[in-house]
Amino acid sequence: MMILAILRLSLRALRRNTLRTLLTMLGIIIGVAAVIAMVSIGNGAKAQVESQIAALGQNVIMVLSGNVSRGGFSMGFGSAGTLTQGDFDAIRKEVPGVVGASPEVRSGAQIAAGAANINTQVMGVGEDYVSVRSWILASGANFTDQDVRSANKVALIGKTTATTLFGDADPVGQVIRIRSAPFTVVGALAPKGMAMMGNDQDDVILVPYTSAMKRLSGATSFRSFVIQAESPEAMPTVQAEITDLLRQRHRILEGRDDDFLVRTQQEISEAATATSRIMTVLLGSIAGVSLLVGGIGIMNIMLVSVTERTREIGVRLAVGARSYDILFQFLTEAVTLSIVGGLIGIGLGLGTSKLVTLKFGWATLVSSTSIMLAFIFSAAIGIFFGFYPARKAAHLDPIEALRYE
Amino acid sequence: MEPLIKLENFAKTYQTGEVEVHAVRGVSFTIHAGEFVAIMGASGSGKSTMMNTIGCLDRPTGGKYWLDGVDIGELDRNELAALRNEKIGFVFQGFNLLSRTSALENVELPLLYSRNGMSREEQEERALECLSLVGLAQRADHHPNQLSGGQQQRVAIARALVNKPKLLLADEPTGNLDTQTSIEIMGVFQELNRQGITIVMVTHELDIAHYTKRMIIMRDGRVQRDELIPTPLSSQEELAKLQAEQTAVQLVP
Repeated sequence: MMILAILRLSLRALRRNTLRTLLTMLGIIIGVAAVIAMVSIGNGAKAQVESQIAALGQNVIMVLSGNVSRGGFSMGFGSAGTLTQGDFDAIRKEVPGVVGASPEVRSGAQIAAGAANINTQVMGVGEDYVSVRSWILASGANFTDQDVRSANKVALIGKTTATTLFGDADPVGQVIRIRSAPFTVVGALAPKGMAMMGNDQDDVILVPYTSAMKRLSGATSFRSFVIQAESPEAMPTVQAEITDLLRQRHRILEGRDDDFLVRTQQEISEAATATSRIMTVLLGSIAGVSLLVGGIGIMNIMLVSVTERTREIGVRLAVGARSYDILFQFLTEAVTLSIVGGLIGIGLGLGTSKLVTLKFGWATLVSSTSIMLAFIFSAAIGIFFGFYPARKAAHLDPIEALRYE
Repeated sequence: MEPLIKLENFAKTYQTGEVEVHAVRGVSFTIHAGEFVAIMGASGSGKSTMMNTIGCLDRPTGGKYWLDGVDIGELDRNELAALRNEKIGFVFQGFNLLSRTSALENVELPLLYSRNGMSREEQEERALECLSLVGLAQRADHHPNQLSGGQQQRVAIARALVNKPKLLLADEPTGNLDTQTSIEIMGVFQELNRQGITIVMVTHELDIAHYTKRMIIMRDGRVQRDELIPTPLSSQEELAKLQAEQTAVQLVP
């Protein structure tokens, strides 16, 4: 019997009871749609995290100051200002393999330029910061080590902030007032996009950290340093050297915990992707259960169908259908059910991830692998759960099948 | 000449739980090509069992059965299916047409399972040929529920003929039909037999058996009588007689 004839036969059988066919496919539809949507949301999150990590710069090591506990609650690393100017200078001078380093001093401030007025983040950084974070200047120039040493009132401006304050005009050379102190814009930063948590990295103003500490925050210690190692291979050594140096400088005794944290880019990215991976696995297994239930639904309906059509099977056997003709006929029906369900599910999953992007602004990434996988998986479910009913049909005794009422 | 059907001490025993049921206990006869045979008997006489075996739906548990020189006992399930497809056409009491499938497609069904390598167009052409042979070419698109009982049985006969079988097997073909339609169907069989097709028919109606050429009467799993019918009834004459009777009933107030 030709494949085409079998296919025509099973399509007709499925069309005969449209509602039942649709309800049977529902399990597969929901399962596949869930898988596609989950995977695309998971991939989207992963891609975003990866681009964020890449945006950190290359071969970047972060040093965070120790955490403060208040009433038993840890405030997180960076909350206690245990890093000092001395630490920073020592790392720069004494640790080999460091090609760039910058402290980070964050504070929010009111910025004014002419009539425009916004509240944004002002970051105090060193002159290496822009190169460590591989940030490109769209126009103007970076401030110098001289600016840092003299705590000059110069600033680099992020794309979003610049647009808000100056519109399309070139911000370089303009004067902005940060908490009423006038700063001259010496450079405009190229746009970097959304950060990991969805905040805008371009809504920022960079000033020399000395200026930030003196004129804005009044802090005397740092919460974090960003350090760039010369190569990926050098990172473990640099990480270890910094740890040793800081333990020594902070006079931490053997066996006591560090009051700071040294993290490489990889470690940060691993932590971030681990979370999204756990979510993907969790949601994926729920979708898997749904597919399993869908498969059982198909098996159930195929068993009913075989019983209902016992006489038809008898007639087919009598006029010369071989066991495998019947087996293929019913298997094709089951596989058609699951594949059509799978295709509808793929469509629905794509629609859902599109909707999620539009409604919630989550990044989604539909991979062709996941579509292929969903398709193959639904076909496999059809074969697996359709085989038993089909075998049952194929092994019917023709005489009894013909007599069946 | 080699007989088409040759039974030699054929026996069939069913095992139902602990009890052995001897449905057929040693039957021998031969049927040659071109014969038209009625197998008769009361229910439980073993005639259905014999029919199933002659139709290669089942294998004998004792003795031998050759169909067209092939020993059936040697064949497996799929070989039997191929043999049925190639050499036997079935007509059932309950018609057994596939519902919601057109008459034409019902007739095409055996071609679907044959290995003759016919194209779809050829299959359709052949099916249409067989439908016109039973006088239903203009009903090809009708579904079984749009046809009368007699028409449904004609479609079933067309289906049985579509693979040009050597043997036509009919199991109580007139059991569900009224007298006039029964005679018409017997007329179709007689015409087919005249064209050279061997027909074996199971029936329990003696008057229907008289349209055939030979009668085998079964009783308790054995052949009780096996005789030729010297002058089979003619379906045309019987139909004419029936119509005359009906007219007479209507005429007499």
